[in-house]
Amino acid sequence: MRHMLILGGGTGGTIMANKLASALDERDWRITVVDETEEHYYQPGFLFVPFGTYRMHELVKPRRQYFPGRIKFVLSAIDHIEPENKTVILAGGDALRYDVLIIATGADIHPEQTEGLLDEEWGKSKFDFYTPKGAERLAQFFKTWQGGKLVLSVTEMPIKCPVAPLEFLFLADAYFTKRGMRDKVDLRLVTPLSGAFTKPMSSRVLGEFLDRKGISVTPDFDLGRVDSKEKKLVAWDETEVSYDALVSIPTNMGNACIARSSMGNELNFVPTNKETLQAEGLEDVFVIGDATNLPSSKAGSVAHFESEILFQNILEHIEGRPPVAHFDGHANCFIESGFGKGLLIDFNYETEPLPGEFPLPAVGPFSLLQESPINHYGKMMFRWVYWNLLLRGLELPIEAEMSMAGKRVQ
Amino acid sequence: METLSVAGKPIELDSDGHLAHRADWTENVARELAVQEGISDLTPQHWAVINFMRSVFEKEGDAPSIRRLTKESGVDTKTLYQLFPKGPAKRAAKIAGLPKPKGCI
Repeated sequence: MRHMLILGGGTGGTIMANKLASALDERDWRITVVDETEEHYYQPGFLFVPFGTYRMHELVKPRRQYFPGRIKFVLSAIDHIEPENKTVILAGGDALRYDVLIIATGADIHPEQTEGLLDEEWGKSKFDFYTPKGAERLAQFFKTWQGGKLVLSVTEMPIKCPVAPLEFLFLADAYFTKRGMRDKVDLRLVTPLSGAFTKPMSSRVLGEFLDRKGISVTPDFDLGRVDSKEKKLVAWDETEVSYDALVSIPTNMGNACIARSSMGNELNFVPTNKETLQAEGLEDVFVIGDATNLPSSKAGSVAHFESEILFQNILEHIEGRPPVAHFDGHANCFIESGFGKGLLIDFNYETEPLPGEFPLPAVGPFSLLQESPINHYGKMMFRWVYWNLLLRGLELPIEAEMSMAGKRVQ
Repeated sequence: METLSVAGKPIELDSDGHLAHRADWTENVARELAVQEGISDLTPQHWAVINFMRSVFEKEGDAPSIRRLTKESGVDTKTLYQLFPKGPAKRAAKIAGLPKPKGCI
């Protein structure tokens, strides 16, 4: 009996568990998923919680509900991986031997990595919306806030869902407009990037959006420390930005078990072959989703596209053949722009987000890099798709490999 | 195509203003690139960072992040920003003759 061990029961781990459960013969393979919590959160929904669109209890389901019957779920933190012994040691000391390992341990925020960020003002004048608690505290805060300088600060790249900071500001613009107090709120994005986003075309388009909505941008700002008393951000070069309310995207890091295994880079992300999705130098270890160090977005859509590649490569690998499928870095993100509209971007390692139309049978086309109501519906509909199709590993009408169909090359 | 003139010889740059061909890099080219970035004098500490960046790129095909520079080059973050004001990772990569760091998206 061989053993397929999956570390992490989030988006990537759950999709892989479902795909492999239907493909691997039960007489030959057992499949185990390890995760330290029972709750599976729909993370793209966190963005909407501060503005009262969703409440947190609407975004969570029991993890176990998404695993087929043959999957063994182990509720435990992971101490470390010993790839040389093909063994994973759990927090309690139990050892799990594997034949094939899938690392799907994700990424989390680490406010403690920045001087002065995590102190008694955390949750009072400084917030995050990347955790359930953080998003809920911010919702509570906004209810009675009288206005002032609201600063969205990106500490360092990479972050999960790189468009979320922009979406947050677009939604804040709409939220405070509806509450009749937009003139009392000064919105600003403070980012280490040179513009609104990373790639030239979308950075320009999204930059124009920020401009039109009266949202200021402080680019090239590398956050060194936060001064809670003076309420200001201080960059390493001593330039400063003051705030009344700070919404922080803290440093994102991979799981600490990766560091304890000496398998990660400086942010605990696992060096991964960007095409085959094998951990560098380890044939029987595969990595999916936010846990990788790939130069692609850290986003659920990426984990989903990767899952199809990973699935094929694992099937090849267990037959003793080299991996054949190559991941192209495909990402597909709806961007909420406020007032019931949204944008859509679709891109990969080589092709930046381009304008045009995104064909989708029955529902589409969606407009690319251009605002439209249908993109907003696409985003809201996706929550249903996530729970009912995507996690179950079912076919979606969208290919893992990016297509140029409908895209306009400038 | 933009070029950089070093000792009367034109050296090709890419669209980001970084060297188009890594093989063109010499210490004199580095000094000229540094001047372009407003750094008139490269100290031994600058060279330590530049050489560290080059060795990482040689092995891994991408320049290291600031976090990694701090952890492994022996120069702390504050000093890095004094040596290479306004973004040490980007600037040091340019002076080291490397393409613009891929960073992340």
